[in-house]
Amino acid sequence: MTIGAEEIYDEGPLYEVAKKVYPQKIWGTYRRLKWIVLWVALGVYYILPFLRWNRGPNEPSQAVLVDIAHSRFYFFFIQIWPQEVYYFTGLLIIAALILFLSNALFGRVWCGYACPQTVWTDLYFWVERQIEGDRRDRMKLDGEPWTADKIVKRVAKHAIWLLIALATGGAAMLYFVDAPTLLKELFTLQAPAVAYIWAGILTFTTYALAGHMREQVCVYMCPWPRIQAALTDNEALNVTYRFDRGEPRMSVKDATKARAHGSPAGDCVDCVQCLAVCPTGVDIRKGPQLGCINCGLCIDACDAVMTKIKRPTRLIAYDNDENRERRKRGEPNVYHLVRPRTIMYAVLIALVGAIMLYVLTTRSNSHLSVLHVRAPLFTQTAEGGIRNGYTLRFSNKLADPQDFTLEVSGIAGITLSSVVAKPVADGRLGVRLDPDSTLEVPVYVTTAPDVSLKAQSTPITFTAVDPKTGERNVVVDHFFGP
Amino acid sequence: MITDPVQVDKVSGQTTTGHEWDGIRELNTPLPRWWLWIFYATIAFSFVYWIFYPAWPLASSYTSGVLGATNRTAVLADIAFNNQVRSEMAAGLEKASLTQIAGDPKLLALALAQGKAAFANNCTPCHGSGGQGQKGYPNLTAGRWLWGGNLDQIQTTITHGIRAPDDADTHTSAMPAFGKDGILKPEEIREVASYVRTLDGLEPEQGVDVAAGKKVFADNCVACHGEEGKGNIDMGSANLTTKVWLYGNDLNDLVYTITNARNSTMPAWGKRLDPETIKSLAVYVHSLGGGQ
Repeated sequence: MTIGAEEIYDEGPLYEVAKKVYPQKIWGTYRRLKWIVLWVALGVYYILPFLRWNRGPNEPSQAVLVDIAHSRFYFFFIQIWPQEVYYFTGLLIIAALILFLSNALFGRVWCGYACPQTVWTDLYFWVERQIEGDRRDRMKLDGEPWTADKIVKRVAKHAIWLLIALATGGAAMLYFVDAPTLLKELFTLQAPAVAYIWAGILTFTTYALAGHMREQVCVYMCPWPRIQAALTDNEALNVTYRFDRGEPRMSVKDATKARAHGSPAGDCVDCVQCLAVCPTGVDIRKGPQLGCINCGLCIDACDAVMTKIKRPTRLIAYDNDENRERRKRGEPNVYHLVRPRTIMYAVLIALVGAIMLYVLTTRSNSHLSVLHVRAPLFTQTAEGGIRNGYTLRFSNKLADPQDFTLEVSGIAGITLSSVVAKPVADGRLGVRLDPDSTLEVPVYVTTAPDVSLKAQSTPITFTAVDPKTGERNVVVDHFFGP
Repeated sequence: MITDPVQVDKVSGQTTTGHEWDGIRELNTPLPRWWLWIFYATIAFSFVYWIFYPAWPLASSYTSGVLGATNRTAVLADIAFNNQVRSEMAAGLEKASLTQIAGDPKLLALALAQGKAAFANNCTPCHGSGGQGQKGYPNLTAGRWLWGGNLDQIQTTITHGIRAPDDADTHTSAMPAFGKDGILKPEEIREVASYVRTLDGLEPEQGVDVAAGKKVFADNCVACHGEEGKGNIDMGSANLTTKVWLYGNDLNDLVYTITNARNSTMPAWGKRLDPETIKSLAVYVHSLGGGQ
């Protein structure tokens, strides 16, 4: 049986061309909130690398630094070594839980206010509005042929967009190297090639995602909308069109007439301002949907219109579905911000935070580890004793040189010797470590001549003591014999 | 494959190929223009590559390209660069004496690291990966040395080797082959072998006269091995009273050694390695546990 090609595709294409969105300017509570969050976020991003933190002459003086070259992470008074990278795991867990908590409380506020995509796209929209005008002007400009005026406007807009993107990409580099130094080097073309390459990559992604992709990122690329949709319950606050108040929608004239007659009249006058100001171009009156990032600008737009026609505000508001049912039944609105779900998230955040705090404050300033020499496992010395070789690695995490004394115990009469560590009092060895460094020390443990070992493998213990603070590091290994 | 009338797809506007396989048709979408031009660019690039780099095999050689680049020259350049970097760090090693190196933490760390690498490359086939040796190959960790175990003596041994044919200053010890050359009779050899075992605190052979062995020892062995068998570093004669045996302390091993003598060799590394590497090796071998 042959199948015609036309019969397979009768559902229509799966691909939909993106329609360009022209958000209109609006002023109100939520717009102001968005601007505040934007300034704070951008301020932190650009200023943080320049904050200084004095750690002494041997260490970098930048407060927040991901020093890849020397394998250290500095955050104000915290310094993390590579083997402690699991602190990032803790941080990421806390960040995820905070995201879940914010979603359980206020819905998709991350998307609407704090997400870098939203912040930079908002900034780029502002630049576009300054140069090309508000919504109607921009739509008109798009339809025009390429006049000199249009060319100038477009070039200026894209140039400023690129400058912002360049500043963003460059600022990202400042977190990895000392900021003032790298900034100077970047401008005098002396920075390492990898800094330029990565700054270039981030410039490109900023420009493409904030300038061109915009809401496509939120709708198609980002996983958070879909995850948060699954995590949202009936009590979380989302930007909601109160259709119980707004429908049936009609013009102001018709509404006045209908109210005079006593027939139902909705508050929505179909001015479509909510659609006009929406940065992702969704009609919130259709209900919650994937494109709505909960920024609340439609609330500001609707409130402005409602105030003008002297009707109550908050026809669109942060509300939950349960309240719609309650209003239908005539009950008052109830907001359950504190409920088992949010309590659980808060408790988890506190728990993980407490664990991390505890581990951070009880970190030791030094570390000792031991590896047994593999070949030979043991040697019979000329005097008749048995000798085992070990490689000890000392770590000094302080910014000053540190001394350690080393001793060994576990078998009667054993002696400790090393070519690297020098003997100090009563059979112990001493090492001195440079600041913020590790040292490998090969040592030998030898039994007295003609001592018979009770077993082929006996546990022995190495103890390293910091004489100044009394801090001890203890490791256990095995002593092998024939 | 059956021919099929060419149709136009509703969605994409493309024509089908004009063939049909069991009812399956394929759209004849042309290759994307950007892909095609990148492909042409790679072809053009290949012509450029042929000019500058080795490309085509000929009957008995190959086209080597205008730049003349080969893997061999690249490796040589890398090695030369590595040597140059190393030489900057190793300049300190060159000037310092062995005791100075052992006393300076930075030089010592460098010498140990360099010695470890050089040891793994050159010495492990005979002396083992940790210097522990085996029967017939000296154990460098035990603290018993034929030719001395302090830094200078170790350096001399490494530089000149033992019975190395190409070095005039090589260490040579000559233990006579008492049995092969007929100096001692077989019973005398077994007696002295048993006596030597008692020097180490081991069991002598049953039914052998150890006192007679002691007399044989005094007559023949003391000249090189000393009154108490403690050996002589200048002559390279072994210390027979330790628990460390190069050729084994089995009765058969001892009898063989006395009968045939052992003349093993060690290369004169001074001919193959540069002085800084030998210094590092001396420091490293000295640090293996048996250094004196």
